Amino acid sequence: MNENEKKELIKRYSPGSTIFKNSTLAFLFGGLICTLGELLFMLYLELSGDEKTAATLVTVSLIFIAALLTGLGLFDKIARYAGAGTLVPVTGFSNAVVSEAMDSKSEGYILGVGAKIYTVAGPVILFGLASGVIYGLIYYICGLIMGMMG
Amino acid sequence: MNPYVHMLLTFVSGGIICVFAQLLIDFTKLTPARILVLYVSLGVLLYGIGVFEPMKEIFGSGVSVPLIGFGANIAKGVQEAVDKEGLLGVLTGGLTSSAAGITSALIFGLSASIIFKTKSKRM
Amino acid sequence: MNRITKINTPIHFAGYAAVGGYEERRGPLGEKFDFCDDEDKFGQNTWEIAEAEMGRIALNIALSKTDLSHSDIDLLVAGDLQNQCVASSGGLNSFGIPFLGIYGACSTCTESLMTLASFIDSSEKMTYGAAVTTSHNSAAERQFRTPIEYGGQRTPTAQWTSTAAGAFILKRGEGDVMLTEYMPGRIVDGSTSDGANMGGAMAFAAFDSICAYFAESGENPLDVDLIVTGDLGRVGSNILYELLAKELPGAERRHTDCGLLLYDDSKQDSHSGASGCGTSASVLACRFLPMLKSGELRRVLFLSTGALMSPSSLLQGENIYGIAPLIRLESAKGR
Repeated sequence: MNENEKKELIKRYSPGSTIFKNSTLAFLFGGLICTLGELLFMLYLELSGDEKTAATLVTVSLIFIAALLTGLGLFDKIARYAGAGTLVPVTGFSNAVVSEAMDSKSEGYILGVGAKIYTVAGPVILFGLASGVIYGLIYYICGLIMGMMG
Repeated sequence: MNPYVHMLLTFVSGGIICVFAQLLIDFTKLTPARILVLYVSLGVLLYGIGVFEPMKEIFGSGVSVPLIGFGANIAKGVQEAVDKEGLLGVLTGGLTSSAAGITSALIFGLSASIIFKTKSKRM
Repeated sequence: MNRITKINTPIHFAGYAAVGGYEERRGPLGEKFDFCDDEDKFGQNTWEIAEAEMGRIALNIALSKTDLSHSDIDLLVAGDLQNQCVASSGGLNSFGIPFLGIYGACSTCTESLMTLASFIDSSEKMTYGAAVTTSHNSAAERQFRTPIEYGGQRTPTAQWTSTAAGAFILKRGEGDVMLTEYMPGRIVDGSTSDGANMGGAMAFAAFDSICAYFAESGENPLDVDLIVTGDLGRVGSNILYELLAKELPGAERRHTDCGLLLYDDSKQDSHSGASGCGTSASVLACRFLPMLKSGELRRVLFLSTGALMSPSSLLQGENIYGIAPLIRLESAKGR
């Protein structure tokens, strides 16, 4: 049996994900979390009167809720149904950070929690910032060119 | 805008952004970590080409709560810092604007590791 | 290639025990386990030590079913799923038995019994040996996949790592259940790098071993009562069924898989069945050995199946290799 025949066999007997169900649940949970964010935004805007402050508070609130649910052992029970619905909002980022931190406590706070907390957060921060730097450079250079022309 | 219509737009846009990620996971076996990185970078790109801000006007938290909002926030921070400080802003803007999100996640993570214990998974 | 070794001096199972966690107790074999801990912690602080403790409990129970004490045991062969097999060394050190730690991924149970039988067979001074195999869902998921509280979706082909241990005492001489032959497996390319589809990757190794066994022994597959694989799960079992039906007709009707016996699909959502080296060890101890003892089964081929890979090899996109060592078990009744 060659490699391709084996691959074909594995493919034939491997059930695919239930695409419609997964997508529907992701849509509902993702939509709900964003709507909750918007309600919080309106509340914070009312209280603070500043859009930037309100937006920041929304992010922190959602991160807190996800962190609490993770700590209580409930987040993974929701996420197994919600899938990308809880992953893609900032809640997924929070869960990845908090679950790594809780998990690695047995290896100590410095090289356990301290190091492993960045397992998923690290790539997100790194590539977010790297993209930001690339954009900043382009923006800066465009600004220079515009200045010279204008 | 009618607040109900606004909420509906938020719900639908947020849902659709999540469905895209779900389809990527189910069809391409991209791991969740890769999806998160992809979405953050996509957010920077969308802001950079000037699409994100108009989208946010219409969809509100529907686009800013998903991680593309996190990315767009970084891009916005970089742009504002470059406007203010010039080239140095390229280095300072990103972390400054995303500081609240990153710091809160890390601090809540540390707190959770002190307060809570993991329980074994159930089927 | 001469792969099958027939044991010269008779060797039998003097005692055995199965220990599990919460999901294992809820499964169809729950009642048959000797001990299950619903907390999955076995009174310990970390998952790693919990797995070690589970192995210690299993060996203690197996010993208690014989009239032996740990100082009577000449050799201990054990393995688990943790890095450097620390669950075995951590849990079994207090017995003070000469120890061989082995790694065979989920093929550990068969590999350990085979190694032990080979030692007993080759040294006349050796009378008793013990084999222990453990796997722990939390310890394994943490090491191989994601943190325990991480919210992710498992793909339909994924299997549930069992929290289970099996311990066995082998003794030189005639007894109810005999270990009569063993055959090491070959390393077979599973042709996939998907860590969530290990059953599929291992099916080819099981097929390779089963074919090699019958080719060399010349036996008719229908003359054995069961061909038991370790943890192919649903995907792997289906692949093996098709391959056997085509190449070794009859054998597919004798096949059963421990990974499909441990959990109840109607109430437990394991996805594609159980995995983890404790799966085949505990199912052998709590189901097949008692059936062989009573004479309900007479001749059984037992192959724990292992998926050979590491977190790094998966990240680097390398294929998963499968291995399926085989032992032959016979009942004293009706031989």
